[in-house]
Amino acid sequence: MSAVVASTVENPLVEGLERLPIHPTTLVIFGATGDLARRKLLPALYNLAHEGALPERFQLIGISRSEMTDSEFGEMAVESVRQFSRRTPDEDVLEQLLEDVRYVTGMFDDGSVYEALAGTLDEFDEAAGQRIDRCFYLSTAPAFFPVIVGQLGESGLNRHEGADVRLVIEKPFGTTLAEAEQLNREVLSVFEENQVFRIDHYLGKETVQNIMALRFANGLFEPVWNRNYIDQVQITAAEDLGIGSRAGYYDSAGALRDLIQNHMLQLLCHVAMEPPVNFTADEVRNEKVKVLQAIHAPDAADVDAMAVRAQYTAGEAGGEPVVGYLQEEGVAPDSNTETYAALRLEVDNWRWAGVPFYLRTGKRLARKVTEIAITLKPVPHLAFSQEGSLGVKPNQLILTVQPNEGVSLSLGAKIPGNRMRIRPVYMEFLYGTSFMSQSPEAYERLITDAMRGDATLFTRNDEVEAQWRICDPIVQQWAATPGPLPQYEAGSQGPDEANALMLGDDRWRAI
Amino acid sequence: MPGVSDSRWAAQGTNPGEIEAALRSMLTERHAENESYVPARVLNMVCVVDKAWSGEIANRLRQVGRYHASRTVVLSVDPTRQSLDAVATISSDVHPKAGEFALLRETVIVEVGDKHLPALDTIVDPLVVTDLPTLLWSPHGHPEAIDLLLPLAQVVLLDSVDEPDLHEALDRAEELARKVYVVDLAWLRSTPWRERVAATFDPENLRPDLRTMSAVTVRHHPESTMAALLLIGWLASRLDWEPSKLIASNGSLAGKAHARRQDVDLLLEPEPSQAVRGLAGLTLETASGRHLELDRGPGGLRAHYRNRRGDEREWTVLGASRGEPGILGEGIRQALLRDPTYAPALDAANAFAP
Repeated sequence: MSAVVASTVENPLVEGLERLPIHPTTLVIFGATGDLARRKLLPALYNLAHEGALPERFQLIGISRSEMTDSEFGEMAVESVRQFSRRTPDEDVLEQLLEDVRYVTGMFDDGSVYEALAGTLDEFDEAAGQRIDRCFYLSTAPAFFPVIVGQLGESGLNRHEGADVRLVIEKPFGTTLAEAEQLNREVLSVFEENQVFRIDHYLGKETVQNIMALRFANGLFEPVWNRNYIDQVQITAAEDLGIGSRAGYYDSAGALRDLIQNHMLQLLCHVAMEPPVNFTADEVRNEKVKVLQAIHAPDAADVDAMAVRAQYTAGEAGGEPVVGYLQEEGVAPDSNTETYAALRLEVDNWRWAGVPFYLRTGKRLARKVTEIAITLKPVPHLAFSQEGSLGVKPNQLILTVQPNEGVSLSLGAKIPGNRMRIRPVYMEFLYGTSFMSQSPEAYERLITDAMRGDATLFTRNDEVEAQWRICDPIVQQWAATPGPLPQYEAGSQGPDEANALMLGDDRWRAI
Repeated sequence: MPGVSDSRWAAQGTNPGEIEAALRSMLTERHAENESYVPARVLNMVCVVDKAWSGEIANRLRQVGRYHASRTVVLSVDPTRQSLDAVATISSDVHPKAGEFALLRETVIVEVGDKHLPALDTIVDPLVVTDLPTLLWSPHGHPEAIDLLLPLAQVVLLDSVDEPDLHEALDRAEELARKVYVVDLAWLRSTPWRERVAATFDPENLRPDLRTMSAVTVRHHPESTMAALLLIGWLASRLDWEPSKLIASNGSLAGKAHARRQDVDLLLEPEPSQAVRGLAGLTLETASGRHLELDRGPGGLRAHYRNRRGDEREWTVLGASRGEPGILGEGIRQALLRDPTYAPALDAANAFAP
């Protein structure tokens, strides 16, 4: 027999299991009747239940302002799962998942809501005969985050003797640096940092995690992954759709806050970070914070030279005419909110000094794509004729995050024939061709990580503030500068003004 | 395995070179037709089946859900056949949409006779995709064919409950496990049970109770004794119990394992009402007075727990049944993973076998 001995420290039975146990948990969703809960959180919980990936004892409590009974909330949850789950639900599993679901109605600033919540949580503990971990998921409008956190603290629900209490906070984490700092202060006056899980759902995507695997599990790339060989990096998150029904949120946020301040800076961190000592939460986040700290926050006077914003006008998408941003339902006709933002950033450290990082995101662009394009420096001496072909181009490594997640490397190759003519060809790897599994939804991964207490894929307080430190001067400068904004036609590559950000011969890649 | 978009090639009296050329040609044609078609490159799966039962195997493979090998080579054995006939299919489950790719999977069915079996490796070798892991599966026996193909493979898929003789099942699994990685469907059926036992004792205050486990009862499908043996083999190997031979009594197997602090009473009971292969229930008891029962139920496993004070609780551990097609699909997926706990569990199971 192998000498595996039970100890108070290790559980010898978890060896070899794909899914590590999660301690019994009660999940409390604030904003449980909202769009995010219905479209993402409740279907994610069902899929985790289907796969046997929830804790062996799992309870769900919904809290919202809408008047509803437990059973009505259960019915709403069933409908949400049926409508939005990535798989057809097994009725037995769905019924068992929601068999004892609870719902608390009330305003988030009302102390009696938290008394009722505490009573229900205690009831679950009593029924289980043990103290169950508690996970509070704030899926509400951001204005309620400090209110709920304060009430949880006042009612003593931020601690639970003998069990863990965790707080999951959805984005946006503040809309300015000052707000983010204030929110951090309020949250950390009630919870310890290791109890707080700030969601950036991009980090839950397999595709983003694969960037780390590509860089740190392959010796091929590291020798050239620096300023000596890399000429520029372009990060693009383009949407072909407009704002849809999100005018209320989007018009107060804009492209910079919606995507660049969080998701795209995270992508930049994954490209630029040093290899962490290990992949524990703090080691990974330490390295990301170092990257953010190495990015110079612009002065107000520099913003116009390193940042461009624009709005889409009417145009065509998918062969159909579409309205411009200012004509979208719910958008003020004089709105100055940007639907496109592009930045040029520099990471001032030994590895990246002098390498421009271009970031752009926008709605109603030519197509939907999220990618990172890393362009290498040209070869030092060109022995080939450039005549009669596209010629030798610098190698490009393209990491496509969505759709068609993959890696593509452009290489110069000889065109068949009796002349030595070169053109770029592509060596392509598509993740979908090499794995049988369907990637879990980002929320499935993030919910289980939060319940398990693994914060690797969540943003830390200093990380959020470092992101805001970079974007806040741009937000302030744009707020202080009256419109109208530069425009781009819906379905196009974006505004011409974005070309002004490019240094030397650099050009935006075609979307 | 038909998809929504298939290309098909068939020939009589053919050879592996022609089959391989046909596959290459079909892939080129599909890509030329629409560059969104790309071949999956995950896993080769080589199946050796009796021709009389090949339809049943095709059905099983069709139902595995999303876990398909990228190239499946089925060797259909018709004892009297003198020449090779083959059908090669390239299929996709979807029509490609703009901006998306459509995966192509390849299936080759080669009809072989007994006369081909001694040189089966020379038929298979040209047909598997180089550098991809190769999984062997021979659900109708043919151990000699598997032995011959082992040098081409990294993984063997088996279902150790298929073999009615426990010792033969254990010996064969151990023999294979010494040479290649073995994915045993009987082991995979026990995964939810192992996960739940691990979770029950995962809280730090309960981990010491693992040392005080005093009795284990496993209820199983009447033809799945092997699955029950593997489960107690797993417990023994992880908890450092010394196994001893179980004794057959009234259709059950009973005996003891020797743990550091005390003996553990073991009972493996067939459960005639269980319709599907695998485990029906599990009872664990500790010397400290804890008692946990897990039984199959709607929507998951029904758990019944009694603590040392006698307080009782019941709940459902959520999880959908994967069914037999799901188990086979899981077996194919596991070919790309490595579970280091199976081989020690198998050793211990062998030591328990009467």
